[in-house]
Amino acid sequence: MDARTSTTAEADSHREAIISVHDIVVGFGDRVILNHLDLDVYRGEILGFVGTSGGGKSVLTRTILGLVPKRSGTVEVFGQNLDDLSERERSALERRWGVLFQQGALFSSLTVKQNIQFPLRENLRLSQRLLDEIAYTKIEMVGLKCDVAEKLPSELSGGMIKRAALARSLALDPEILFLDEPTSGLDPIGAGDFDELIRTLQQTLGLTVFMVTHDLDSLHTVCDRIAALADGKVIAQGTIEDMMAQQHPWLRAYFHGTRARAVQGARR
Amino acid sequence: MPHASLISVHSQDDLLTVAGRGAWTSEYADELEQAVDDTVSTYAHPKGVEIDLAAVERMDTFGALLFERLKRSWKDSGIEPQVKGLAPRYTVLIEEMGRTGQEPPPPARRHEAILERFGHETVNVAADAAALLNFVGASVAAMGRVLLRPRSFRFTAMVNQLDRVGFRAVPIIVLITFLIGCILAQQGIFNFRRFGADIYVVDMVGVLVLRELGVLIVAIMIAGRSGSAYTAELGSMRMREEIDALRVMGFDPVEVLVVPRLLALIIALPLLTFIGSMSSLLGAGLVSWGYGGITPEVFLNRLKGAIDMDQFNVGMIKAPFMAATIGIVACLEGLRVGGSAESLGAHTTASVVKAIFLVIVMDGVFAMFFAAIDM
Repeated sequence: MDARTSTTAEADSHREAIISVHDIVVGFGDRVILNHLDLDVYRGEILGFVGTSGGGKSVLTRTILGLVPKRSGTVEVFGQNLDDLSERERSALERRWGVLFQQGALFSSLTVKQNIQFPLRENLRLSQRLLDEIAYTKIEMVGLKCDVAEKLPSELSGGMIKRAALARSLALDPEILFLDEPTSGLDPIGAGDFDELIRTLQQTLGLTVFMVTHDLDSLHTVCDRIAALADGKVIAQGTIEDMMAQQHPWLRAYFHGTRARAVQGARR
Repeated sequence: MPHASLISVHSQDDLLTVAGRGAWTSEYADELEQAVDDTVSTYAHPKGVEIDLAAVERMDTFGALLFERLKRSWKDSGIEPQVKGLAPRYTVLIEEMGRTGQEPPPPARRHEAILERFGHETVNVAADAAALLNFVGASVAAMGRVLLRPRSFRFTAMVNQLDRVGFRAVPIIVLITFLIGCILAQQGIFNFRRFGADIYVVDMVGVLVLRELGVLIVAIMIAGRSGSAYTAELGSMRMREEIDALRVMGFDPVEVLVVPRLLALIIALPLLTFIGSMSSLLGAGLVSWGYGGITPEVFLNRLKGAIDMDQFNVGMIKAPFMAATIGIVACLEGLRVGGSAESLGAHTTASVVKAIFLVIVMDGVFAMFFAAIDM
């Protein structure tokens, strides 16, 4: 692309939007959570999604995933409108994304290995040997030791559960990865490792990552782009520098508060 | 080669050229695995191997893993395969695969053999009995503390539980006991009629319902309906560490959670037993009238002669004891739930099964007791 025209906005318009949310309205009862919201996620990027607590970050994620009904608007993933898909097409599409829930959502009665193999068994016809090899590979890829494979989720620590759940969400080699507060509940070192891991996996597997997060460190280190949600709308999106330059009071408080300053100070 | 669409092999002067092509992705992983295994077993000892990946259009973890298997199986027999044509975007993935898979897999979880399980279960039964007695003690102690400090009693919680296990159980209890009364009367009339003794059906129904069936049916229903709810509630509270939260705040979970539930059941079950027995008698009376031609007037007169206060008391005295059993078993099982959803299910089942078993055993013990004191 011509260097003179490569401002962020124009560069975006030339990239392929892998998730495209348009004019979405979601509400419960009288309360409107998402009010005519628009958002694009481009192929190969890590998008950090920030917003006030209870502001609808998780609701947007769940709406894209089809877990929350929307009142109006469209969600396009891989260029397909999710409302137009038949049941079969939809489940084929769902194989192409992976979701890491906030609490991991590992099946508590299955071992870690069985958890990872669950989507494989349901969707593919593989030999037991390959199933095991894949499970061990995924476990090692997320930075766990092979011996967790035979453990039950209740025998794991919080950080290990996150990693094991990440391994399960990566089981089918998805193209898009949804992460709901991946570093919450991890110690700073663990959180830093997790960020690193997401970056490595994203490069290794060519993932597109949609990450709901509150972790300023994650926003600084791994996110290519950040979108901020307030009052049911995306009020700003861009790189971390763009965010810092924003004048919106909530964004100023978020990116220039004491914690943000500490992060920046540490980075200098 | 049968899998030529994914791997083609060309052999010349002991120099093997393995060319991959197509999509080495999860969809074709099964075929690719067979192709890899076939290639390796067919050409176990070549002099040199060259793996050409130029024609592989797409590759994911599955393809990369199988590529690694292909490479390693020759490496193990001392041949270093030459790799060429790997698209640069896959180098990171291939390197990652090379890094993993070095550790031996852990031993699989062992399943217990039948004798071993039998032994464990036997020990468990003994431990269960001890735990139950322990819990009875803890509950009584907690109630004692509440008696000493009546202000600490959670009255609102108890009323709430009373509403859930008592008031809201009324419709289903009335319906079931009514139907049982109907069936008893119909069967009684049908069989007694052969001896010309239809009228004795009133005696049978009266004694049976008031002494045994009323309280037993209601207790079993409540064990299934409310006992399971207690176990599931306390169990999920345990899974979410709510019980631990209570404990670290200085509260005794037994006092806060168990005592109100237990008292609610002890109050509700006798009331439900009374309602159930009456509804049973009503059902029996209606069927006797419609099916047996025994008018309500005759039915009531006969009933008055057949039963006395003792019959009624026997049923009612048993109710609170059965309630306490159901409540204690249900709460104990709830507090023993472990971390998994499966454990919650297992303990809820155990709660209902044990409660019903103990209720019936208790009924038998009471029958002997009342016979001994001529009631």
